[in-house]
Amino acid sequence: MSEPNARQGSPDKEPASEEQANRSAIDNTERAESASVPGGAGPRPTLGRLFLENLWAANTFTVTLLSLVLAMVVGAILMIISDPEVLATYSYVTARPSDAITASWTLVSEAYANLFKGSVFDPAATTVNTALSPISETLTYTAPLVFTGLSVALAFRGGLFNIGAQGQATMGVVLAALAGFLLPLPPVLHLLVAVLAGALGGAIWGFIPGILKARTGAHEVINTIMLNYVAVYFLTWLIVQNGVQDPVRTDAISRSVDASAQLPRLFGDGLRAHAGIIVAVLATWAVAWLLNRSTLGFELRAVGANPDAARTAGISVTRTYVLIMVFAGALAGLGGSQMVLGTTAAALTPLVVAQIGFDGILVALLGRVKPWGVALAALLFGALQAGGNRMQSYSGISLELVTVLQALIVIFIAAPALVKAIFQLRAARTARLQTSLAKGW
Amino acid sequence: MSTTAVPDVAVTPVGAGFWSRTRKVGLVLLALGLLATVLFGALATGEQARFTLSEDAAGAALKVDGTVGAIVFGLITLAAGGTMFTGLPRQWFIPVLAVGLVAFVLSFLCWQVSAAPAGQNFMPLVNIVRGTFLLALPLIFGSLAGVLCERSGVVNVAIEGQLLMGAFSGALFGSISGSVWVGLVAAAVGGSLISLLLAVFSIRYLVDQVVMGIVLNLLAVGITGFLYERLMQTDAARYNSAPRFSNWEIPLLSDIPVLGPALFRGNIFLYLALLLVLVIHIALFRTRWGLRTRSVGEHPTAADTLGVRVLGLRYRNVIMAGAVAGIGGASYTLALFSFTKNMIGGKGFIALAALIFGRWSPSGALLAALFFGFADQLATYLGAINSVIPGQFLAMLPYLATILAVAGLVGRVRAPAADGKPYIKG
Amino acid sequence: MEPGEIHALLGENGAGKSTLMNVLYGLYQPDEGEILVDGRPLRLRGPSDAITAGIGMVHQHFMLVPVFTVTENIMLGAERVRGGIAGFLDRRRARSEVAEVSQRYNLRVDPDAVIEDLPVGIQQRVEIVKALTRDVDLLILDEPTAVLTPQETEELLTVMRSLKAAGKSIVFITHKLGEVKAIADRITVIRRGKTVGTASPEASRDELAALMVGRTVRLTVDKAPAAPGEPVLELSGLFVDDDRQIRAVDGVDLTVRAGEVLGVAGVQGNGQTELIEAIMGLRPVLAGTVTLAGQRIDGWSTKKVLRAGVGYVPEDRSVDGLVKEFTVAENLVLDIYDRPPFGRGLSLRPDEITRSARERIEQFDVRTPSAEAPVGTLSGGNQQKVIVARELSRPLKLLIAAQPTRGVDVGSIEFIHSRVIHERDNDTAVLVVSSELDEVIGLADRIAVMYRGRIIGVVGPDTPREEIGLLMAGIIPDATGGPPDAGSVPDIGPTATVDADPVAVTDADTVSGSGVPATTDRDVAAITDGVAPAAEGTGSEDEKDR
Repeated sequence: MSEPNARQGSPDKEPASEEQANRSAIDNTERAESASVPGGAGPRPTLGRLFLENLWAANTFTVTLLSLVLAMVVGAILMIISDPEVLATYSYVTARPSDAITASWTLVSEAYANLFKGSVFDPAATTVNTALSPISETLTYTAPLVFTGLSVALAFRGGLFNIGAQGQATMGVVLAALAGFLLPLPPVLHLLVAVLAGALGGAIWGFIPGILKARTGAHEVINTIMLNYVAVYFLTWLIVQNGVQDPVRTDAISRSVDASAQLPRLFGDGLRAHAGIIVAVLATWAVAWLLNRSTLGFELRAVGANPDAARTAGISVTRTYVLIMVFAGALAGLGGSQMVLGTTAAALTPLVVAQIGFDGILVALLGRVKPWGVALAALLFGALQAGGNRMQSYSGISLELVTVLQALIVIFIAAPALVKAIFQLRAARTARLQTSLAKGW
Repeated sequence: MSTTAVPDVAVTPVGAGFWSRTRKVGLVLLALGLLATVLFGALATGEQARFTLSEDAAGAALKVDGTVGAIVFGLITLAAGGTMFTGLPRQWFIPVLAVGLVAFVLSFLCWQVSAAPAGQNFMPLVNIVRGTFLLALPLIFGSLAGVLCERSGVVNVAIEGQLLMGAFSGALFGSISGSVWVGLVAAAVGGSLISLLLAVFSIRYLVDQVVMGIVLNLLAVGITGFLYERLMQTDAARYNSAPRFSNWEIPLLSDIPVLGPALFRGNIFLYLALLLVLVIHIALFRTRWGLRTRSVGEHPTAADTLGVRVLGLRYRNVIMAGAVAGIGGASYTLALFSFTKNMIGGKGFIALAALIFGRWSPSGALLAALFFGFADQLATYLGAINSVIPGQFLAMLPYLATILAVAGLVGRVRAPAADGKPYIKG
Repeated sequence: MEPGEIHALLGENGAGKSTLMNVLYGLYQPDEGEILVDGRPLRLRGPSDAITAGIGMVHQHFMLVPVFTVTENIMLGAERVRGGIAGFLDRRRARSEVAEVSQRYNLRVDPDAVIEDLPVGIQQRVEIVKALTRDVDLLILDEPTAVLTPQETEELLTVMRSLKAAGKSIVFITHKLGEVKAIADRITVIRRGKTVGTASPEASRDELAALMVGRTVRLTVDKAPAAPGEPVLELSGLFVDDDRQIRAVDGVDLTVRAGEVLGVAGVQGNGQTELIEAIMGLRPVLAGTVTLAGQRIDGWSTKKVLRAGVGYVPEDRSVDGLVKEFTVAENLVLDIYDRPPFGRGLSLRPDEITRSARERIEQFDVRTPSAEAPVGTLSGGNQQKVIVARELSRPLKLLIAAQPTRGVDVGSIEFIHSRVIHERDNDTAVLVVSSELDEVIGLADRIAVMYRGRIIGVVGPDTPREEIGLLMAGIIPDATGGPPDAGSVPDIGPTATVDADPVAVTDADTVSGSGVPATTDRDVAAITDGVAPAAEGTGSEDEKDR
């Protein structure tokens, strides 16, 4: 019944030992950390410092790096076992181990070198354009992921698990595209309207699970999953409607977005990087401000950490839930809108949003649900995507490997205890590194 | 799921008495009935709508005039709604609701079939029933995997990944060995591998189970996609040409009209699915294992104090779930198609929906899966007769139905209390 | 422990009683030391070892699966099965076993009832039957009376006696002195994880209390007589449901005046929580009115109620009072973060929040490493002080404090009590709800006793404990209006059951020290006992129809 008693009491209460305390802290450590470290009420760190803090937050960084390494090791193993020629050298590995090692090394190192060259810098580049190209590609892939990552992270901080970023992005892309080719507007205005339409589409799709959660308690995880698919079917239906479908095509593709509604390119016509990345940085800043420096953010974090206490303190939990989902949806919708307003595509197809919503979940987790962390994580994922393309065309390693790498990184991040065990890190350093939010249906 | 809404403002719900659930549902039925009677009745044509008891237009058939059928069935829905609205004993709720909904569907079908292009005013029931079960198969396996996991307190969002991995390893090892049985076992093992990861990370490392499920789905898509491109695409003959189970005809049963040809001339997966539903249902509610499993999913601490090995049971059940889902995946690659990238295409999530819609019970999940399968089959059928109803909207049906169910509009669904919560031994 | 002995383990909250017993039950592993059973050391790797060794435990929070039937709960872990490895449950045999055991020890339970439909007293009985069907020799009861009414407690004590007669040993963990004296054969007192002494039941309450807390406790609170002013909070005809849509507050009328402390006494679960939540706008008011300084506030949002000058110390601080992951500073502005100077428009002003936090920490003696420390890292007493500091830092018309000192160390208790009285002296109306009768008696200027959702009596603070105790058990003293402070105790013994037909209350509330006539429910005679609060309303349909 009573509090101190509870602390050392029966098992359904609080843990008895320090070790258990650490383990059970998992539910909230991450949120605790994120709630108190950048938030709090101390002297406000500058943006730059926040950036560095996130980058160098000692153990976080270590574990992230090691997770990347581990994922790449597993990726390497996959490459080797799926290459019959290299695998053949292992049949006589005891006789001539050097063959196996050389063959494996060549395969793996070439693949990863291409991954790097495709995403960061190709030493063989001779012109400015080819030198900038990898970065430009990386930024192109990064921009939408920042938005979907922020969408998931924001909801997470408010105690909601938004698996629906995919659906919200889909509705975003739909409305943005419709605005992009149906409305005859002058250049700047047209772009603005199209972008806002994207946000609106996502917001509507976020509002539904939000209001259902607030009104009926229906679990947002279930509803957002379901809405993802509803959105996809809506999209596939819409594409083939008259006025939407490209009149000269018979397959499922819509008309193209007018040039006046497209995001301007950053490095000239030869490179794909577009203004979306700038919007993404602004959005990151805005979300960081919202979370840590605004009353709304205070409410959101309070509701996320303890809805009962928030309610008792007069914060409207239902209103906050709805707002969170609307904001999260709008962010995801913005991310979606970039898929047609940017340089990835200009027309709707059934797969136009790719995986950005689901990737956004990974990005949010990798970024430890902190805005600037999310931006960095999106950058990493964008780089993997961009590099993956080159890896595919140059080394013949399927782009799917990137998906594997991304999933593995997040798995390792999510279980720092495992990374710790593998690398024999000192316990104290990673004890508080759990990323989790135990939540049932 | 914790289905308690969080009321903020003290709204006085004194009037809550009138708008009871029965009334609300009754109102919905009334609206549907009206829609059916007026709209379907008006749109239906005087053509005979024939529901043939065979696979094509031939043979015996149930015949009804399109307009008359649409209106009559619409009126039945109206009547059901009216009864419900004026109030009725609780035990009649489900039957009346069922009658209302079935009549609505029939009214809809009368319209559609009668309005089909000339010469196509028939609906082959055998095909419909068979297709329903066929499309429901992965859903049944998937939702059973969900039942096993979630009844023991582990949320299984990784059904999609388990199905995919099962389909992949079934195809791969079936092709390599040339034996369907090796393929079947491999599929079960493949599904279990994903499950094992889910179990280890959520039970041992306490990673959030929903997060883990999502990530594992992506991992499964990635790994199978990668290996598909590296192995199966380069040498399909060797890696992606698994033998297939042939259909087994069950004597006697296969002679039953409609159901016989639809159900009892199927392949092993169909029989296995139905058998598994039965076995798991009985096991869950009538055996020691079931009692313990449910206790672990509801109140693990209580189970622990009584000497039940909570974590061990969870591991076991989660891995078993993977095997079941893996076999479900193989129902594609060892019976119907060769493996393609991401071939499950969201069926895992519909299975999750079926699990929830079926209220976490095996028989409920079966019914939900069949309902979703029917919606899917209907979409195909309507596409074939050039219906004005877009198939995409029918495809949305399972998802929309689940949202309604979760929101408490169609009865209240309650997940096992400890579902999704890691158990930390005190 | 001897066979057939009832051994009480007495200790303050958090003294380590439950932990010790969890070790004994194999839930926790001892860091060192050993357990001897019949002279042999016993190593318990888990509860199943304990059960094998004949040790059973009834946990403070019942270990029952709410959606299972009584039989299923009792079977669990010790299932009788048929059919070999398939392991089909033999429900019939299990049911007859349950019936047999409950018969033998006179513990009436319905084997087919679903746990979540049963009242706590019965659930506890199920727990005991569960242990008994496992043939235990030693039964551990962890704080069994915390959630029971006096009547249920009495029944439990009877059960314990009959178990003792059957040769079972019982360890009885509690912090309530009265029960210990009533039943224990031997008493061990524990403080801060150490045995500080053993005593016989003959020892006086004071002795035991002193052993328990380590120094002589002062249960009284220093305070001047109250000077009540205008009514601030007026409740009339209030009806409120609990979470399960069962009537929890059943027509309450109550008035709290400026400058007085009204204490609400009662066994937990008699509607106090719901009453307060209704006032705070956290729970819908079904009927009746709540008036604050002449203004109707029922139907207001919680924020509006707080803004109107109501301070609220919630019952369960870790659930409702604090956001544990937030810093002390953030928790100190939890309900005023959007008010100047802390927030303006959409933006938050962290510097102001920290600055003000430092002041509060100083002023309310909150022991924290810094204002930036997560509040969850503080001790219970200091956490409670954070809440008190937050609520008392703004001008109040009304302070509502529920269980203000639960699970708080003695030093903090005194501090919190003195702040509450201080607030009263500043002409704030104070409503204190506590299940600790001593706290209510110490703080209150008038005491309202709540039973089954009704206020069944309002008495002065000098009313004898026994009389209040009777009211808490739902027995209205045969009061023909005898002034309470005259100390006239009716001839009903403290253990009397509620079967006594209560006579309509007249003026048992009469006049408290301040001379304020208190309002009381008029048809109290109708409630008698045994009639569960009517579970009417169609809302329950959804509950049952899953």
